[in-house]
Amino acid sequence: MKDEFLSPGQRMMQRFRRDRIGMISTGFVVVLFVVAVTFGTLSWLDVPFPADPNLTNLEAKLQPPSATHWLGTDNLGRDVLARLLHGAYISLSVGFVAVFVSLAIGVVVGAISGYFGGWVDNVLMRIVDAIMCFPTFFLILTAVALLGPSLLNIIVVIGLVSWTGTARLVRAEFLTLRESEYVRAARGLGQKSWAIIFRHILPNAAAPIFVTAVLGIPDAILTEAGLSFLGFGVQPPQATWGNIISDGKSYILDAWWLILFPGLAIFVSALAFYLAGDALRRAASSKSETQ
Amino acid sequence: MSMNLPLLEVRDLRIRFRTESGVTEAVRGISFALEKGEALAIVGESGSGKSVTALALTRLLPTPPAEFVSGEILFEGRDVLKLSPPDLRKVRGGGIAYVFQEPSTSLNPVYTSRSQIAEAIRLHRPEVKDIDAEIVHWLDAVGIVNPAQRMRDYPHQLSGGMQQRAMIAMALSCQPRLLVADEPTTALDVTIQAQILDQLRELRKRFDMSLILITHNFAIIRNLCDKVAVMFRGEIVEFGTAEEVLRNPQHPYTRALMDCIPKLGEHRTRLHTIDYSKIPTS
Repeated sequence: MKDEFLSPGQRMMQRFRRDRIGMISTGFVVVLFVVAVTFGTLSWLDVPFPADPNLTNLEAKLQPPSATHWLGTDNLGRDVLARLLHGAYISLSVGFVAVFVSLAIGVVVGAISGYFGGWVDNVLMRIVDAIMCFPTFFLILTAVALLGPSLLNIIVVIGLVSWTGTARLVRAEFLTLRESEYVRAARGLGQKSWAIIFRHILPNAAAPIFVTAVLGIPDAILTEAGLSFLGFGVQPPQATWGNIISDGKSYILDAWWLILFPGLAIFVSALAFYLAGDALRRAASSKSETQ
Repeated sequence: MSMNLPLLEVRDLRIRFRTESGVTEAVRGISFALEKGEALAIVGESGSGKSVTALALTRLLPTPPAEFVSGEILFEGRDVLKLSPPDLRKVRGGGIAYVFQEPSTSLNPVYTSRSQIAEAIRLHRPEVKDIDAEIVHWLDAVGIVNPAQRMRDYPHQLSGGMQQRAMIAMALSCQPRLLVADEPTTALDVTIQAQILDQLRELRKRFDMSLILITHNFAIIRNLCDKVAVMFRGEIVEFGTAEEVLRNPQHPYTRALMDCIPKLGEHRTRLHTIDYSKIPTS
């Protein structure tokens, strides 16, 4: 069989490709990514395509979807579609970069905790417990309010408070894997601790770590949307999905399109990431098929 | 004077495990010596302390819960228990290499055997230039057919016997002075078991290497080992040449253990068990 030449990671991806929901949601994520990168670049270059997201036109305010304004206009006459497209990169970059930050911290803390055990594990896990005691959203809100609501601050703060779950997961994986025979064999060969952690244990824990990372992206996106809605997100005039809803909430009865379309954008993006993450989890856990 | 020094000398080694349910003494003051080129079998039942002894030789036991209470482990004249971490890593693999019981889990599932053996060679023989040629050499030495092809396989693509051969190749590629095989054939079926043991015997002669074979099975030590140490409840209850011990066992436990081996042609409805009440405890 063709199967013979595949590494465990390749076999996992092979199972993933057979998962229809996984492939559809991944396709959506890719589209989202392309949109975010394209319009993020256009925004940065000040190219007003399909329209200038910040161009106000009070004569055309609160217009319902039409041929000129596909998704309507807001209370200042700005094109909603343009604002949605040009705000996409905020959500996506918060999602990806915050998860990257939280993954970096979570993996290192969890690996050290699980591999070395003893008092090191005790100290690190009590710190994790302490952080978990705070209601995360309010902690982020306070931190952003104090530091100032720039994109970088939001990303870093979300990353800094959301690594605890990853750390616990990685620790649990390490606790089991450090007892495995191949780890003992590697120690018996005279391999150093860090090489055992990164070369022998981490790759075997990669699948669950990857799954939580993907599932962490929608959480970060939703947190950012929440911050924006409350006015602590990236500041106007920059459009974000959260602040479009926030601006539109006063007109909810007259201009439904101001709430519906950004709401759908947030909902569908988060759902796509969740479904993709779930499909990855299924692909990672069905080991029985080929072994 | 270093000429008469044994390769390995264990003196009054005591190891205990401290767990939540209390303290267990797993090894209770054992002493033995192994000359260069010699093969020693450590025989005993589960829990007799034989594997703990094997792992202790390079301090592979996790501490805690394990604790070295007293004793010395002199390998080439130096006490392993007092080595610094870098020196200890040189002894592990380079001086004393291991082959474990479960070949299927001893190889890391995410790497090919080539990359795992290459790792061992890079650690202990950085002077080797052509690593692939070296890997092929060792896989060939342990009797793997078509080694250049096979080294690109992942562990799950190899049979149990081949996995164990790859493990032995990995251990040998470090050119250790002592190979410790902890029940190397227990997980394999009988024909493969015989092949692996033959291979070990031949390799030991060819590379002039000492061997410690940990087993619960008296049947496999004949022809392979020069000396036998019988362990029972953390102590060595009998020590002698394989010849002597097999022909004329002295300790009641050794005799009881040997009686457990079913003999060909003997008619029996029940297998022997060990009556522990008849074995003296010291």
